[in-house]
Amino acid sequence: MSKEVAKERSMIIQKEMITRQFKELSMAGETGKKVVYTFVPGNISELILSFDMLPVYPEINALQSGMRKKSGGYIRDAEQHGHSEDVCTYVKCDVGMMLSGNIGPTGEKIPKPDLLLLSYTGCFTFMKWFETLERLYPGVPVAMLHTPYQEAHKITPEMTAYMVKQLKEEVIPKMEKVSGNKYDEEKLKSILRNSSKVEDYIVKIFDTTKHRPSPIDAYFAGVYYIGPINSGFRGTPQAVDYYAELYKEILERIDNKLGPITPEGVMEEERFRLVVEGPPNWTHFREFWKLFYDMGAVIVASSYTKVGGVYDMGFRVNPDKPLESLAEYCMNCYTNLNLQQRVDLLSKCITDYHADGFLVNSIKSCNSFSAGQLMIMQKLERKLEIPIGFIESDLVDPRYFSYSNIKNRLESFFQMLEQRKMMNIQS
Amino acid sequence: MKKYFLGIDLGSTTSKAIIIDDNDRIIGRGITNTRANYTVATEIARLEAIYNARFSLLKMKLEDEIESKPEYKRYIKDVESIFQYLQFKRRLDRLNVQFRDTIDSTFSGEKKDKISGFVDRIVKEIGPAVLNEYLTGNLGQKNQFFRDIISEKYNKDVNALPKDYFEPTMLVYDKSISHVENELTEYDFRDLVYQAMELLNDKYSGMDDSSPEETGVGFDSELNLLKGNYKHIYDSLKEHISFVANLDIHITNMVGTGYGRALLPFPEKSIRSEILCHAFGAHAVFPNTRTVLDIGGQDTKAIQVDSHGLVTSFYMNDRCAAGCGRYLGYIADEFSISLNELGPLAMEATNEVNICSTCTVFAAAEIRELLNVGQKRSDILAGLHRAIVMRAMSLLARSGGVRNEFTFTGGVARNQAVLKYVSDLVLQNYGKDITINVHTDSIFMGALGGAMFARRGA
Repeated sequence: MSKEVAKERSMIIQKEMITRQFKELSMAGETGKKVVYTFVPGNISELILSFDMLPVYPEINALQSGMRKKSGGYIRDAEQHGHSEDVCTYVKCDVGMMLSGNIGPTGEKIPKPDLLLLSYTGCFTFMKWFETLERLYPGVPVAMLHTPYQEAHKITPEMTAYMVKQLKEEVIPKMEKVSGNKYDEEKLKSILRNSSKVEDYIVKIFDTTKHRPSPIDAYFAGVYYIGPINSGFRGTPQAVDYYAELYKEILERIDNKLGPITPEGVMEEERFRLVVEGPPNWTHFREFWKLFYDMGAVIVASSYTKVGGVYDMGFRVNPDKPLESLAEYCMNCYTNLNLQQRVDLLSKCITDYHADGFLVNSIKSCNSFSAGQLMIMQKLERKLEIPIGFIESDLVDPRYFSYSNIKNRLESFFQMLEQRKMMNIQS
Repeated sequence: MKKYFLGIDLGSTTSKAIIIDDNDRIIGRGITNTRANYTVATEIARLEAIYNARFSLLKMKLEDEIESKPEYKRYIKDVESIFQYLQFKRRLDRLNVQFRDTIDSTFSGEKKDKISGFVDRIVKEIGPAVLNEYLTGNLGQKNQFFRDIISEKYNKDVNALPKDYFEPTMLVYDKSISHVENELTEYDFRDLVYQAMELLNDKYSGMDDSSPEETGVGFDSELNLLKGNYKHIYDSLKEHISFVANLDIHITNMVGTGYGRALLPFPEKSIRSEILCHAFGAHAVFPNTRTVLDIGGQDTKAIQVDSHGLVTSFYMNDRCAAGCGRYLGYIADEFSISLNELGPLAMEATNEVNICSTCTVFAAAEIRELLNVGQKRSDILAGLHRAIVMRAMSLLARSGGVRNEFTFTGGVARNQAVLKYVSDLVLQNYGKDITINVHTDSIFMGALGGAMFARRGA
């Protein structure tokens, strides 16, 4: 079936994009292009691209290492280096990878950073992570971009002004210095025009789950769909092409009344529609996914696909106000929303996409996601009277994935949903 | 033909079977602690539930007689006790054969003869002692497993042996018991129940001329009525007993649950998650239940249910065993006492010790330390019981807390000390008006839920 998956044009396009990206990174030494390490939530990749620099995302490298079964060894190396058992496993995996030669997912070496762009959105660990990287790469400049938390349920003009000020006084000067290029607002605007198109596609794509059967899985396949937008392609013409093609494919699936594509082919029967909160487990991604599609469970929305930006509540970048747009984009990321906003967002997903159940995958080593999850569950359960499931795993530490425990919980959860469906039919 | 429904709960520590009729009435219960494969465990529990069902049906059939003639009630209770003894005896004989095999293959020469002699003596003592307990005591009601009954007596006798023989004689037991426990022994209900009646005749005839003081069981009005009258009762009950013995207990549908459920030879639709079954069972017995806490052998579940008994959410411990029944098993081993003795001993505490270990294995080290500094066993045990309940309370809180009526299920609910702490802490945390339910069949709730699903699915 993997053959059939490979036939999807959008997947081939994405693979080519990533291959080219890592090739370019590996050649940075020769081409003289500067390299910026930054985080996915609140990534201002457009600004990096406007300086003609290359972005690197340590979280994405970590999850790739997880999927390639390398994270266990990297984590062990990082622990040997002094990192505690309870530290975020993305951090340890990334540190371990660096200690082992910094070989990326395509087998090519990832260059050292010329700038650490610390876009801080909702996760305290980010600061500690880049402090560690600063020690591993002595002398590398750090640009801090602090994103104020949406404590009062909204973004105020003062918050935007505060961020724009940081961009102007901290981030842009450092980027100018590192890249040797002057800030070019027109170039940024033209990149943002593509971003805006991509954002429209993202919303339309994830909105197709309102169909029955849902043509896509918004979690397991969703993490692939958000790949380009979160890994340095947002704002590029390639991204616009990719998403246009992806959307076209999905529309064809809708016309043919086809369900989502799984590693074992098109899902035949949609039995359960779920909204999932929390990142997936990467070390056993296929096994994890299989537990769902074998049961006919499709994920119609997930919070994780919104970590790199939330667009379904109406936010779009405005190319005419580039720095303000970047600021608001950062403040709108899922992990920067307060807990009530997350409840509202998830509640909207559950209602709009007619979910039968809500499931939390609680990540052992991720405080930023885990905080508030129990409260979110209870609020949703009471507000929507929807069955709630809870499972535990980890991002990339293979020691914390217990297949049998998860299977046991999921079986109970699916039977709960089945039972409720029967009751609803009877009444 | 009457319809019956079977629920099987294959837990991590015990396997349970429940048979209900088409009014959801429990008519048969079976339980085994065999560690054999789940197919054997299912059969043992199922057969036991069917034997038990025959007695229940007999009692239901004779409801009016039992009501008006207490001696009938007593007679049936005695037959059931002896029936259980005969099952025990059959297994003891089998164990004795196994003892011989083990001794022959492990020892030789003088040592072998000596050990053989010890084991012979022990076995000879166990049989009559247990018969006496079944006849005069209430061993049948205690729900003790074959292993528990034997080991209590065997350990006591071995402790009295010369020191050099302690280890080898215990080895004989350790090597033999599992074989017998893991074997499926089928009994012919009719043969066994007739044998039981004959044995009862002997018992009552022996009592004919004795005054109540001489029987050693104290004055007993039912027994008194029986003594002079047993032949008549025997004659009039024999027909009824033959009837239930020959009755075809037709299982119309069955549902399996518990950890071993995937291994059951049942179709997929007959396999249910234990979460749903426990909730459904608890809800059936206590219809106002909204929160169920189940502490089983290897997991603890906090389950929230709606007014129909449907699960709305559940929360289970994933990463740690401290908070499950196995923790208590481990502690019992550490104290060299049986699981049944834990609760009562903890209830004797005068000054509860604070146990901080959050880990089952580390708790053992903490116990040693506390014993070294002179803490009383009962006080330490009280602290341990509190520690396990605190873990369960945390799970309960995370699952959304106790909203309304609360039902405590699972094998651990039989432990008095756990029950005390659960009740105390639930009332303390969620208000003193919360209704707390515990049923004598709490360990069977999963199987009951399964049987009820089976009835609805038929």
